Amino acid sequence: MNIHLPRADVTERTLAIVGELKELEGPLLPILHEIQDEFGYVPEESLPLIARELNLSRAEVYGVVTFYHDFREHPAGRHVLKLCRAEACQSMGGDRLAERAKALLGIDFHETTPDGAVTLEPVYCLGLCSCSPSAMLDGEVHARLDEAELEALVAEARR
Amino acid sequence: MSLIHEIDYGTPASKSEKLVTLTIDGREITVPEGTSIMRAAMEAGIEVPKLCASDMMEAFGSCRLCLVEIEGRAGMPASCTTPVAAGISVSTQTQRLKDVRRGVMELYISDHPLDCLTCAANGDCELQDMAGAVGLRDVRYGYDGANHVKARNNGEINRQWAPKDESNPYFTFDPAKCIVCSRCVRACEEVQGTFALTISGRGFDSKVSAGMNEDFVSSECVSCGACVQACPTATLTEKSVIEIGQPEHSVVTTCAYCGVGCSFKAEMRGEELVRMVPWKDGQANRGHSCVKGRFAYGYSSHKDRILNPMVREKVTDPWREVTWEEAYAHVANEFRRIQYQYGRDSVGGITSSRCTNEETYLVQKLVRAGFGNNNVDTCARVCHSPTGYGLNQTFGTSAGTQDFDSVEHTDVAVIIGANPTDGHPVFASRLKKRLRQGAKLIVIDPRRIDLVRSAHVEASYHLPIKPGTNVAILTSLAHVIVTEGLANEAFIRERCDWSEYEDWAAFVAEPYHSPEATEAYTGVPAELVRGAARLYATGGNGAIYYGLGVTEHSQGSTTVMAIANLAMVTGNIGRPGVGVNPLRGQNNVQGSCDMGSFPHELPGYRHISDDATREIFEKLWGVTLNNEPGLRIPNMLDAAVEGTFKGLYIQGEDILQSDPDTKHVAAGLAAMECVVVQDLFLNETANYAHVFLPGSTFLEKDGTFTNAERRINRVRKVMRPKNGYADWEVTQKLAQAMGLDWNYSHPSEIMDEIAATTPTFALVSYDYLDKMGSVQWPCNEKAPLGSPIMHVDGFVRGKGKFIRTEFVATDEKTGPRFPLLLTTGRILSQYNVGAQTRRTDNVVWHAEDRLEIHPHDAEQRGIRDGDWVRLASRSGETTLRALITDRVAPGVVYTTFHHPTTQANVITTDFSDWATNCPEYKVTAVQVSPSNGPSDWQRDYDEQARQSRRIAGKLEAAE
Repeated sequence: MNIHLPRADVTERTLAIVGELKELEGPLLPILHEIQDEFGYVPEESLPLIARELNLSRAEVYGVVTFYHDFREHPAGRHVLKLCRAEACQSMGGDRLAERAKALLGIDFHETTPDGAVTLEPVYCLGLCSCSPSAMLDGEVHARLDEAELEALVAEARR
Repeated sequence: MSLIHEIDYGTPASKSEKLVTLTIDGREITVPEGTSIMRAAMEAGIEVPKLCASDMMEAFGSCRLCLVEIEGRAGMPASCTTPVAAGISVSTQTQRLKDVRRGVMELYISDHPLDCLTCAANGDCELQDMAGAVGLRDVRYGYDGANHVKARNNGEINRQWAPKDESNPYFTFDPAKCIVCSRCVRACEEVQGTFALTISGRGFDSKVSAGMNEDFVSSECVSCGACVQACPTATLTEKSVIEIGQPEHSVVTTCAYCGVGCSFKAEMRGEELVRMVPWKDGQANRGHSCVKGRFAYGYSSHKDRILNPMVREKVTDPWREVTWEEAYAHVANEFRRIQYQYGRDSVGGITSSRCTNEETYLVQKLVRAGFGNNNVDTCARVCHSPTGYGLNQTFGTSAGTQDFDSVEHTDVAVIIGANPTDGHPVFASRLKKRLRQGAKLIVIDPRRIDLVRSAHVEASYHLPIKPGTNVAILTSLAHVIVTEGLANEAFIRERCDWSEYEDWAAFVAEPYHSPEATEAYTGVPAELVRGAARLYATGGNGAIYYGLGVTEHSQGSTTVMAIANLAMVTGNIGRPGVGVNPLRGQNNVQGSCDMGSFPHELPGYRHISDDATREIFEKLWGVTLNNEPGLRIPNMLDAAVEGTFKGLYIQGEDILQSDPDTKHVAAGLAAMECVVVQDLFLNETANYAHVFLPGSTFLEKDGTFTNAERRINRVRKVMRPKNGYADWEVTQKLAQAMGLDWNYSHPSEIMDEIAATTPTFALVSYDYLDKMGSVQWPCNEKAPLGSPIMHVDGFVRGKGKFIRTEFVATDEKTGPRFPLLLTTGRILSQYNVGAQTRRTDNVVWHAEDRLEIHPHDAEQRGIRDGDWVRLASRSGETTLRALITDRVAPGVVYTTFHHPTTQANVITTDFSDWATNCPEYKVTAVQVSPSNGPSDWQRDYDEQARQSRRIAGKLEAAE
């Protein structure tokens, strides 16, 4: 379960995380990961704080955050379902699975169901090309999916 | 005349001394090792197509247009990122390369609007040039698919498209035209060092983003213009180009703002200035600029400019426009009457650091030869006069020791009482570049200036001294160096007077100079002082840069000497990367001092009492010169109040606003019978003037400015003076009206006279400057190419002189009534009293002066951010709005002085430097309290200013 409620003390937590990790070599990515783990997304108000603490410009931090699709600007649903959209999965029926998932959830990629249960995201790629098509639900990978297995995944996520 | 096109070599020059020979397109080429193939080709005149490369920044290799083939190597490497190698054979044009380039270009154009005819960059677009260069004839992809070009796609809103950002007053950002070459981002990072831009997203979503996808004006952007200059398309374009069109000719000239003295190409269409573009061959700025020089020239055509001479009997009368002849006759008659009535010494003149060397020279000549006294002074009195005095005493020249290029060799930079990112932005960018390469930084300043910590720059030491304790901290630094055995004895024995050194070393070694002892009143922890001293003494090439935070104190001259002592004791003089570098405030403050603007000095810093020097001028001018120094500005004002000084000719200076103790200045001016102001605008001083002579801008005249590195730069006329005459012509006409036989037909003749009379300028002439670009004085037989670095083989005065620097606290002390210390400074977008920058769009960034106050002090007084506060000192009071920040320490408040309504100098006292009378602007004891609005003085002043600016026959006065 990914239960991430936006917390009021974004500033405090951000500064604490930066304080813990800033001595690492190349600390920005570990910090961003930690922040996403903490809040479920990277709150915009964290970025100027990170910039200030690491002595970077706001623009630089923003550039890095937006470069990686994995960093979210908004809180996700309680579950995140990622479908691999890379070449191998596409050639093994990934397109059809994607359409099916969208229909089942009634949302498009990058959207969250109205009840806040599931966020659907494309991913390129999960490194499971030899057992395509693949998906990831809340950090757990699932391979050689067919329609039935996808439906089961979606059902699990919706619960 | 034509448009100057500078060659872009694609990548910066290599500094290697090892040469490599290779073949490009069958031609044998020899270049320094480390040169890119692209640059080597360009040096041989072979232009490889490129889009993302520029010699202002490092190679990036993203556009994939500059591909070449190298015999024996696989693939098609980018010529910008591939260095030359001995013996390789490079082809820049093969069928394979042509096909690939055309394909790449076709993809670029597939996401770029085809509105070339109506595009602002038409005629100055590298994308267009490259399409031509690669022979693009067809684009097979339409706009039906994803694109950044159209606001709507197939009837739907196109989310990839973004509207133009017009938030910056000087340029627009049109993402639809962007090819994402990253040149703007890299220029902001590498050239300017602000890092305000980034590429957001990735792949087809990549977009240039200011800050966090903000508009330019709300982002970290400082509007230096480097991105606009770097942009190969119309994405970033000057609004003036959009409005006017492409320029057709250009003239190289020198910026008239700060003492960095940047070279610009004034790009013109007829007599209309289209834009100012920094000139890559400019040896002070190396192709960079700041928001003022690049964009803030609009004042030259502002409606407030006064274009006709005006006269009035009393300062309470409205102005009456007259002819030039009437004005000259009036001034000549009045000055002669006053001298007849009150004596020869009852009149004087003030030269301007904003005007050219030639104009300054003429004003001092008019005073000495025409008025027959030495009552001439200049605005350097209130800024860098202690620099002249202090460095002359210790080294033997009244000037900085280095050129700006020197910073590229600096290992430890010490910044004292200067805020380069605001006051000298182009130098700051060059310094930041060096800091990013690993040089260390020590900042000595009461306030946490941006250089202390900002993106990618962090000072190793910030010594946040209490205002007014410069001498104590510098002597403490010397104490550590001497007592810890860090002195460079070999250097001192060879270059300096050893016995004076021994005396000085014993003096600084006294325990009461130790950081532990001075901590009590400097407020700086002793270990910081020790650390900073060790770093400066042992960190390699140490260079000191300082500003008005050093000079504008009661011990300004002592501080300059203390700085010189530090440089000598560590051997940091006489080679690249070291030295003592005053950051001069005004464009030509160095020049105005060089030209004999001080009452005791003839041009070239030769004392007026020196018979041989006087004789040179007496012979040439056909007059007898008074051998007694004349009055300084404060003395003139004192004498005026006493009733013995009655007439003053002020060229291009607003003493009422810029000089200390405004009420005293006003009283002095009010007591005079003929005050002549020559200026662009009815400045504050003109409120007390009887004659107003319209001035001309730097765009309207020929001449020279001398910058902080002693560099004599040409100023070239690009348009006729709107007021009819250049300032030197006005001074000449005035001299003629007073019966002097002056017949200069061009400023070059004035420079010839300067060269003939002043040994340090002996070889300077306009022809020589045109040939050399610029030279740094001394420029004479001994140094025909000028002198980038001084005191190379020994000090000008012979042996370097160590001088004891005893700290004497200023009489301006805090107490129960005035518990806070006020210090003043500048901001990037405004310039000094703001007469020019307030009349440009720069007000977007700084519309009013604010009082910076620490949260602790604010809370005690019940002041919230943005509240009106009353700022009072022993001299007077004013009001302004508070800005709560921890940039200032508790007990210290800070404000800028760019706006006349603030009247910051009503607050400052008349304490001044013991040697030069330079006012103590940087320390005033004050109290701050909540207020409802403007003070009585401000209201009275406003009313008086409004009254005195009336012009007969015109409905409303200027401003």
